[in-house]
Amino acid sequence: MAPHDLRRPFKRAAISDQQRRRELSLQRQAQHRRDAQHQARCLASFLNPHSDPEPEPEPEPTDSPKELDVRHASKLKGAEARKWFARQLMLPEWMIDVPDQLPQDWYVFARPAGKRCFVVSSNGTTVSRLRNGSMLHHFPSALPSGARTKDSSGSAQSYSILDCIFHESDQTYYVIDMVCWREYSLYDCTAEFRFFWLSSKLAETGLCDPPSQYHRYRFSLVPVYNCDQAGLSAAYTGEVPYVKDVLELQDNGNLSTSDDPPVVFGCSDRAFIEQVMFQYMAQHSPLRIDDLLASINSLSDQENKPSDVEMVG
Amino acid sequence: MSQIEEISNLFSLKSNAMNIGAPLSSSRSVTVLLLSHSIPWTTRYNMAMEVTQILLNAQSIDGNVRKHAEDSIKQFQEQNLPSFLLSLSGELANDDKPVESRKLAGLILKNALDAKEQHRKFELVQSWVTLDSAVKAQIKTCLLQTLSSAVSDARSTASQVIAKIAGIELPQKQWPELIVSLLSNIHQQAPNVRQATLETLGYLCEEVSPNVVDQDQVNKILTAVVQGMNASEGNNDVRLAATRALYNALGFAHANFSNDMERDYIMRVVCEATLSPEVKIRQAAFECLVSISSTYYEKLAHYIQDIFNITAKAVREDEEPVALQAIEFWSSICDEEIDILEDYGGDFTGDSAIPCFYFIKQALPALVPMLLETLLKQEEDQDQDEGAWNIAMAGGTCLGLVARTVGDDIVPLVMPFIEENITKPEWRQREAATYAFGSILEGPSPDKLTPIVNVALTFMLTALTKDPNNHVKDTTAWTLGRIFEFLHGSTIDSPIITQANCQQIITVLLQSMKDVPNVAEKACGALYFLAQGFEEGGPSSPLTPFFQEIVQALLTVTHREDASESRLRTAAYETLNEVVRCSTDETATMVLHLVPIIMTELHKTLEGQKLSSDERERQSELQGLLCGCLQVIIQKLGSSEPTKYLFMQYADQIMELYLRVFACRSATVHEEAMLAIGALAYATGPDFAKYMPEFYKYLEMGLQNFEEYQVCAVTVGVVGDICRALEDQILPYCDGIMTQLLKNLSSNQLHRSVKPPIFSCFGDIALAIGENFEKYLMYAMPMLQSAAELSAHTSGADDDLVDYTNSLRNGILEAYSGIFQGFKNSPKTQLLIPFALHILQFLDSIYMEKDMDDVVMKTAVGVLGDLADTLGSNAGTLIQQSLSSKDFLDECLSSDDHLIKESAEWAKLAISRAISV
Repeated sequence: MAPHDLRRPFKRAAISDQQRRRELSLQRQAQHRRDAQHQARCLASFLNPHSDPEPEPEPEPTDSPKELDVRHASKLKGAEARKWFARQLMLPEWMIDVPDQLPQDWYVFARPAGKRCFVVSSNGTTVSRLRNGSMLHHFPSALPSGARTKDSSGSAQSYSILDCIFHESDQTYYVIDMVCWREYSLYDCTAEFRFFWLSSKLAETGLCDPPSQYHRYRFSLVPVYNCDQAGLSAAYTGEVPYVKDVLELQDNGNLSTSDDPPVVFGCSDRAFIEQVMFQYMAQHSPLRIDDLLASINSLSDQENKPSDVEMVG
Repeated sequence: MSQIEEISNLFSLKSNAMNIGAPLSSSRSVTVLLLSHSIPWTTRYNMAMEVTQILLNAQSIDGNVRKHAEDSIKQFQEQNLPSFLLSLSGELANDDKPVESRKLAGLILKNALDAKEQHRKFELVQSWVTLDSAVKAQIKTCLLQTLSSAVSDARSTASQVIAKIAGIELPQKQWPELIVSLLSNIHQQAPNVRQATLETLGYLCEEVSPNVVDQDQVNKILTAVVQGMNASEGNNDVRLAATRALYNALGFAHANFSNDMERDYIMRVVCEATLSPEVKIRQAAFECLVSISSTYYEKLAHYIQDIFNITAKAVREDEEPVALQAIEFWSSICDEEIDILEDYGGDFTGDSAIPCFYFIKQALPALVPMLLETLLKQEEDQDQDEGAWNIAMAGGTCLGLVARTVGDDIVPLVMPFIEENITKPEWRQREAATYAFGSILEGPSPDKLTPIVNVALTFMLTALTKDPNNHVKDTTAWTLGRIFEFLHGSTIDSPIITQANCQQIITVLLQSMKDVPNVAEKACGALYFLAQGFEEGGPSSPLTPFFQEIVQALLTVTHREDASESRLRTAAYETLNEVVRCSTDETATMVLHLVPIIMTELHKTLEGQKLSSDERERQSELQGLLCGCLQVIIQKLGSSEPTKYLFMQYADQIMELYLRVFACRSATVHEEAMLAIGALAYATGPDFAKYMPEFYKYLEMGLQNFEEYQVCAVTVGVVGDICRALEDQILPYCDGIMTQLLKNLSSNQLHRSVKPPIFSCFGDIALAIGENFEKYLMYAMPMLQSAAELSAHTSGADDDLVDYTNSLRNGILEAYSGIFQGFKNSPKTQLLIPFALHILQFLDSIYMEKDMDDVVMKTAVGVLGDLADTLGSNAGTLIQQSLSSKDFLDECLSSDDHLIKESAEWAKLAISRAISV
């Protein structure tokens, strides 16, 4: 039994940099795992506008430190809520090439010019959030659990999410898609089903009714067409109560991953700043309506051709 | 390590290698050793003669002879273990044999019973247990008989072997007569027998856990040991053996330390032994005191005054090995009190906590002057010697611990010493004063220290440039580092670094980085903490104007000819890392410029061919530093979108370099390179897929590295990074990864700390590949279930085990989370329904245990939500019946931890939806 070594670290920091590198990596990994989980869960608690400090009045200067802590915690939620929504709203890509099967697989509509946002109703109130996740409006609406009314069918916590564009001049939310209805996710449903569900549910709830005490903003549907020649023309030239921005196309498959955003191409007669910037970044010109119409014609030409050649020789 | 031990270790290593599957040597040149029971006695006797010669040959200076002998021994062991062990024990017991062959026989015998590596150890124990009992009895008889030998080396070796066998057999209630027979030896006249017996008891206490020996026998052992230590024992060898035995037996003495009379007796004998005329006995007695200070801290109040007197005398007058132990006693008391006071400061649970007796605070007026005196006993050039440990170093270290224990109270006791000595012409005095100052910077409040530091800072900066003595400069640079570490940063109210002195500080530090290696290394360290203090400083850093200059100076240091001395190169790269971590957007482009520079350096390490093992080790170390640095840079640049975008231009080249770093080792992967790849995968996202075909084999290699379990753990983390980067593109690799992970979980060779992250990794994979995880369910789920059952209860576990259990629970829960979320909205969701009951029961049982930490709580309530979210009405009734969905959920909803609360709110929504349908 030899004497025991009693040397201690001398003039050395308590934690080596290597240890720090390991720990920081572990922290980063844990953070990313949390982020991935959040995304998967579509965290319902973030839908609650009461966790977001923005619509609250300025704090009283006489606040006790305890209350300040609470506000601090809720601020974190707000930031995380913004982050989360920012992730969900993906920018559509500019359409550069004409996809195959355009008339069969795609829908088209003229997108209103305005602020793209998610409208979320839950717990007796409604919140709209912009692309970057920040809050646009906080208001009562006829959406399920969207206002504090006695007559609320289903659970008060049930929530719904609509994909909208807020059109400033007529103060209207134009609904272009439905993400969630009474907590039922429509992510995995076909576009056809979503458009059907959207129009029937909005009618059911009276969302498109004129504004009232419990329904501050007007909501309206955007007409959607099959992406054939007639549909494209209707979307492009048809009369709508709003200023058109671009034509937006959606494939009719499901939108199960946010990696596959809808495709957009520009109107030939309008030059919007957004569009110009996008063109610059994409370093390609978006397709013009003429190109698209031409391609549909050639597609239908192909369809008319006999698909098989009989060999007789 | 003696030559003889090296040789015997070599054997165990070799036989170890055989087990991993190396082909058996086909050499047939040795045939003499084919012993068996069927061989007539006379032949065996001859064999025994052969054994002696072979054991002697195994220690020959002639390499060929040695090799030949080693091979023979190995073959003998493999071909007939019982006769092999019998021959060795016979050799050890035989007083007619040369001491060298007896000693080696004993050591080989010992190595046939125990190994450092757990798996090997288990095998050896098994082979002993299954040995014929007559053979075992004969071996034990030989060993006990050896304790009476006149040859002390033989006795001592036998002691160790007996203890190893006791370590195997006593827990299984075998060899009950051992302790009885040892105790009967104690009363023998011959001092050599008493000495060997006490030594055996000491080793036995080291090998055997206290709970396998009954209190009655413990009492007898302690009585024998303490009697042997008593001054009435006339033989110093016996007294020394007894004192060393007590050191190991202290862990058995809990009952005896609770009995006032017995404790008084033990303490009196130990304290008397510290006054023995024999230095080794004094040293061993102080070792006992050090051990008592941590094991029986709460029982010391009665003796602390006497112990202070004894230690003070030893520190001032005794030989260094004794004085070092005496200082260590006080360092150890500091460790105890720091732990207790930390517990007081934290959430005070109070139930089993040991109270603080404030021994250090009480001893302070006498203790501090004693320690300050030691500071003046420096050795020349101690800073250049890595292994140095002397009384000045021990005293200074203890002073630092005292400062952490008592805080502000130490300052007025040390300041006069500093003021008196810091300007003296003798370097020892200046160094001691500086060291004293540096030592007390952690512990006292910034309020107390800041005014002093403000005055001292200018003095220190001047000393670092002007003092003629390297030792003084080394300590000065270290002290500056401590100033920045503890008194500079966003949490300190009145900053000691201002616009006025920042420039001067940096100039002095960069200048010092050109000094001799040990001073330059400390200057790098000071810069490290200077940068760290500016980490939370907001969008603009005071270091920005100097950034380029600092980086350049650090890179220059890494190229110094003498950068391998005093770990200078390591310090320079580590400081570069911290400077990068703490940099702001203002200097992002300069950080980006570092990428090609570090890549070039890494490239250079790959050029050398046919390296010697020393060169290979240096290469590997340098690659570690460079990969570490790149990892820090990637993580920094990857954390914001614009810089990530700019960085991506280098991704292909970096990955190519990493693959080459991996390729230059045959069997292992480089931990730092693996960590760096994790950071790269995160930064590149889905594009990482293109690297997978080439990288995959190294990933697998990393997962198979059980021996360097850190590498395995890091690789498991990287699998998670890759899952998140590739999502379902990882699918083609999942069969291989899952197979390896499942193997790792069921291995008893893999360090347990790697297992929780492996479970978490299941979750990462499931989340990435969704319902494709289906084919792994039948393997992963039973494993998760059995681990869950294991980790559900912790009753009777110590703190370490509770921590481990919680990390295991967290891993299991993260796996469930990932699996549920991965299957969400898939038609295959129904596959998970059969597991719901078990998972809810698991949640209920860990809730009932009331010992989960915040992390587990958050993950657990999340799983509750995930289960409800994915299974919906299919699990509605089960959820409603579970305790978790009520009491546990309510507890989480009212938690102060916002992460727990957030997960709980989500779970509540998911549950309400599941049960409302």
